[in-house]
Amino acid sequence: MSRLVRLFGTSIGRKLMTALSGLLLVTFLAGHALGNLTLFQGREALNAYADWLQGHPLLWLFRIGLLLLFTVHVTLAARLALENREARPAGYRRRQLREAGYASRTMILSGGLVLAFLAFHLLHITIGVVEPEAFRAVDPSGRADVYGRVIHAFGQPWLVLLYLAGLALLGLHLRHAIGSLFQTLGFNHESYETLLCLFSGLLALIIVAAFAAIPLAVAAGWVGGVPGGAG
Amino acid sequence: MKVTLHIWRQAGPASPGRFETYPVADLSPDMSFLEMLDVLNETLVARGEEPIAFDSDCREGICGACSLVIDGIPHGPVPETTTCQLYLRHFADGAEITVEPFRARAFPVIRDLVVDRGALDRVLQAGGYASVNTGSAPDANTHLVAKEDAETALDAAACLGCGACVAACPNASAMLFVAAKITHFSLLPQGQPERIHRAIALVEAMDREGFGACSNNYECGAVCPEGIPVRFIARLNRDYLRAALTSREFTEAPGTRAHVE
Repeated sequence: MSRLVRLFGTSIGRKLMTALSGLLLVTFLAGHALGNLTLFQGREALNAYADWLQGHPLLWLFRIGLLLLFTVHVTLAARLALENREARPAGYRRRQLREAGYASRTMILSGGLVLAFLAFHLLHITIGVVEPEAFRAVDPSGRADVYGRVIHAFGQPWLVLLYLAGLALLGLHLRHAIGSLFQTLGFNHESYETLLCLFSGLLALIIVAAFAAIPLAVAAGWVGGVPGGAG
Repeated sequence: MKVTLHIWRQAGPASPGRFETYPVADLSPDMSFLEMLDVLNETLVARGEEPIAFDSDCREGICGACSLVIDGIPHGPVPETTTCQLYLRHFADGAEITVEPFRARAFPVIRDLVVDRGALDRVLQAGGYASVNTGSAPDANTHLVAKEDAETALDAAACLGCGACVAACPNASAMLFVAAKITHFSLLPQGQPERIHRAIALVEAMDREGFGACSNNYECGAVCPEGIPVRFIARLNRDYLRAALTSREFTEAPGTRAHVE
């Protein structure tokens, strides 16, 4: 019997796969957040970066890989959540929790909402159905004007609020996720337990802050103030 | 002192249960929680009613027989304490106390507050042991154990098998119980020959019994009467991952290997 089949057959195996796909997704998020910060270098830099990404020969391989990761992560997590619900058919009348926080108890909810936000984000920024006119704009070099698109989007308060809400949910999810994936992958020890907890929280905060910096900076008028400026 | 108890009553495994309210007066604050239930049962019997069924054995906090979810916390509100070591002085005079059985699919209710925790025994039977040869005892000090390892192994061996971790877990998971067994044996030389088999066998037995999976809420560690730390669960995950990646047993059909060859 293949190792993978047997691994998927057990709860810990499914958790390991959820954690591993989560780890890769967090790595992607960190890279994505870092790439986004190119915006602060101006129109030329961001559009060149976006153009390089769009024309990259491995783009579709990367996209299919991401889709696969999301599929594994979401289906396994959903299955685990259902199994966990079935493990206690009759509940308690009174319940006092001592350790479990809001983040840890709402992973499926926060995860589902982040997925919905991701769908909106893809329709908005990658596919361009939310704001088709802004999506078609090109810069003086003839490249897709991603910079202009972002400035246009976050000039609208409802989009700023929507993105901040999505990021808050992502932060809630990551807060429990990053610490958990270390535990599930078997990394936890008396000697670095506290450090790991601190690191996990800090990493989640940094990722979300890096993403949130863009809608906030645009809404505050710190970037994109001069229309069509040098940027 | 006096208290009002809201207790889960259920005549049998298939009967529907309900909460019943019992005011109990003339109690001493130095009575244990179980002694209070004894007093209540005496009055119930005197009235010709069915006494409340609950588990207890040693009543000195070392056997793991007692259970109960008291005011929403397995073994009650005092940390690192079994229900039998919980005293009425830990409650306010006139308190309203809700008493429920441990709830999990793997722990079916037998009657009132008694649940069948045999699932934990079956998990242990699957591999939660170290096989030893019979015959004369080996010479002392033939197996050296580092002090730190011996201490951590004993911390894990303190697990009473009471099942409070399962009762507290939002997913009714037995991961802390299994992690305690894994940690107990994985740190000792006697546990090494069956280490891989144990990890596979315990995890698969745990799943078979219908326990949930760990989602790192860590309620288990907070209610454990022995204070078994949740980081032991990482060791279980580590041992299991190692078994999945490297052992030949993992590629065979489950259950074909019963012991070390």
